[in-house]
Amino acid sequence: MIPVDLDALASCLASPACLVTQTTSGLIIGMLLFLVAVGLTLIFGVLKVVNFSHGAFYMFGAYFAMTVYQLTGSFALAILAGAAGTAILGLIFERVFMSRVYGRDVLMQLLVCYAFVLIFDDVVRMIWGPEFKSMGMPAAFQVPPLFIAGGVVPPYYLLLIGVALAAAVVLGLGLARSRIGKVIRAAAQNPGMVSALGINTGLIYGGVFALGGMLAGLAGALAAPVRSLTPGMGFSVLIESFIVTVIGGMGSILGALIGALLIGLIRSFGSLGFPLFTEGLMYLFMVIVLVSRPTGLFGKEVA
Amino acid sequence: MTRTRKPGISRRSTLALMGAGAVTFAAPWVARAQAKTIKIGMPTILSGRVAQLGTSSRNAVMLEVEKVNAAGGLAGRQIEMVIRDSKGQPQEAARIARELVNTDGCEMLLDGEASSGSFAVHEVARDLGVLCIHTCSEASSLTADPKQHIPNAFRCVRQGIHDSIVGAGYAAGIAKAKGLKKWATCSPDYAYGRDTTGEFVLYLKKFAPDVEVISESWPKLFQPDYTEVVTKILQAKPQALYSCLWGGDLTSYIDQANIYALFTQMEVFAVNMADYTALTVVKNLPKGIHSGDRYIKTFPATPENAAWGDAYKAKYNEYPTNWSWQNATAVMFLNEAVKKANSTDGKKVAEVLTGLTIKCPFGADGTVTMRADDHTLVGYAIGWGTTIPQEPYVPDVKAGDWKTIFELEAEWKKSKGYT
Repeated sequence: MIPVDLDALASCLASPACLVTQTTSGLIIGMLLFLVAVGLTLIFGVLKVVNFSHGAFYMFGAYFAMTVYQLTGSFALAILAGAAGTAILGLIFERVFMSRVYGRDVLMQLLVCYAFVLIFDDVVRMIWGPEFKSMGMPAAFQVPPLFIAGGVVPPYYLLLIGVALAAAVVLGLGLARSRIGKVIRAAAQNPGMVSALGINTGLIYGGVFALGGMLAGLAGALAAPVRSLTPGMGFSVLIESFIVTVIGGMGSILGALIGALLIGLIRSFGSLGFPLFTEGLMYLFMVIVLVSRPTGLFGKEVA
Repeated sequence: MTRTRKPGISRRSTLALMGAGAVTFAAPWVARAQAKTIKIGMPTILSGRVAQLGTSSRNAVMLEVEKVNAAGGLAGRQIEMVIRDSKGQPQEAARIARELVNTDGCEMLLDGEASSGSFAVHEVARDLGVLCIHTCSEASSLTADPKQHIPNAFRCVRQGIHDSIVGAGYAAGIAKAKGLKKWATCSPDYAYGRDTTGEFVLYLKKFAPDVEVISESWPKLFQPDYTEVVTKILQAKPQALYSCLWGGDLTSYIDQANIYALFTQMEVFAVNMADYTALTVVKNLPKGIHSGDRYIKTFPATPENAAWGDAYKAKYNEYPTNWSWQNATAVMFLNEAVKKANSTDGKKVAEVLTGLTIKCPFGADGTVTMRADDHTLVGYAIGWGTTIPQEPYVPDVKAGDWKTIFELEAEWKKSKGYT
């Protein structure tokens, strides 16, 4: 086995077919990662807590979607259930537990989150069982892949990229243009002043946490047809999301998007050129960003 | 004033008690050997991502133990299983194994650990001299390497090297018939994945010399997404793909490769596909994946095997796993050996177990043997076939030939310096 295979990488870059396949493959990995990472970064930007239990929402999204899909047979309802279910879960989790540790020691926040990582995993084990599950691809997407310029693109992944992009646009515009977006940005900068102006910051905090949970749940629901479902499945996604937020800058939505896409592309092209070092490449990139720009590529104070 | 002795424990009896205590703590299974029930300890993995390994092992053990107890127990002693969760951590497995013997008074061990933990439990068995049967570890070196050999430990498990020989023989036959020369591999990046794939390729090239491996992928164990691996294999355009991914990783891989129509573009050989845990979970199982038998109730196609699979399903509402048949076989071996030895003494049982052949629903010819020279299971049903999306999943399994396995295994042992 050759550790570095630059020939394979070069010949892929020269062939449109390979370029299309690997780029879409990178986009899929990146977009799912973006949905998880953006929730993480949003929650950090506004609430100033690092939600280590964020992977659990991804997991719940996948399990909710699978259950609803099995009950109703409707894929649209399944996605909706994944997103809505985790939003409600996020709201409850924030109001009952996380709201108690705001402004406290980081260790305290970490402990609460970590405790819930374990609790949520066990809850999933109790409800759905310890063995892995598979949701199965909806019949509408059980079709041969598309061939674009000779490259292979599965239709389901086009949907996936579309939904994630739509979420990114709605989120970005919503925060920049809408009234609620302004209030959220204001609460991120100066929660005391926002509260003094008669706005219920508790509601804002709960809402942002629910939104973050919903995005992770949406990612889980979208991933459910192609990834196996197990208790603890959120963990590896969480690690990569952290890399994304570190690269993109904590609190930056654009940063999360760029960071996630970069990680996706590094994985897809890295596996050709550096088959034994694909994981390492991701971390190496993170180190380079950290050294040259410690706040991340787009890291400012808040979103 | 005379000193009067207070009623109570005298110095002499205290000493005697302490002596007895010391003996009890040093070798508790000796002191408790006369207990009516016989405790058998079992460290295994009951939580975490591979919890199914432990639960399906435990289920099978309990199914068989109930039968033995109903028939009067081991030499008249009812079996009491003490099963503990090691969480898949080797140091925890070793600690639990030691505790089971020293504190709980277990007289025998069933080691339901994966390869990593089984080597740790093996050292405990070496240290304590307690009878130990490994029931889940497929790593060949556990019994093939003479350095590992101890008189009181046995392995009642299929073995990596056997699977590689049979799998490669089967694959080479198809490679020759269909002209499959360009191969790719995709296996998890840890000892099992690397060793098994290496051995498979070695024998494949031996049986079909013009085979060439043009692409290798080594995804991480438990990696959630394989898209980049799938597309990389598509780019390489091999004629056949070998994989020893297993469990949830294998089902993820199939779901993700399916939407790229990978299975229509090459022949796929996935040694761990034909296990009910994977077969029943994959919703859109492609037709025609070549797989080794893990456990399937239709192979060997005997009424005994089918009845056993159905009995398990009736009791636990799911089909048994590969680990299930191995654990059940271990209990069958113990039962037969104790009967023959007419004793539950670990040493005597170990002597009888060495070279013992028993009737067994999972035997290639209705029997399995605990081979005398390396204390490992041989003669079990082993074969390959192709999948269909519904029961019986692998309708036609081609059985491997044990004569060939023995010949090549002996050569392999020699090449490794084991004999």
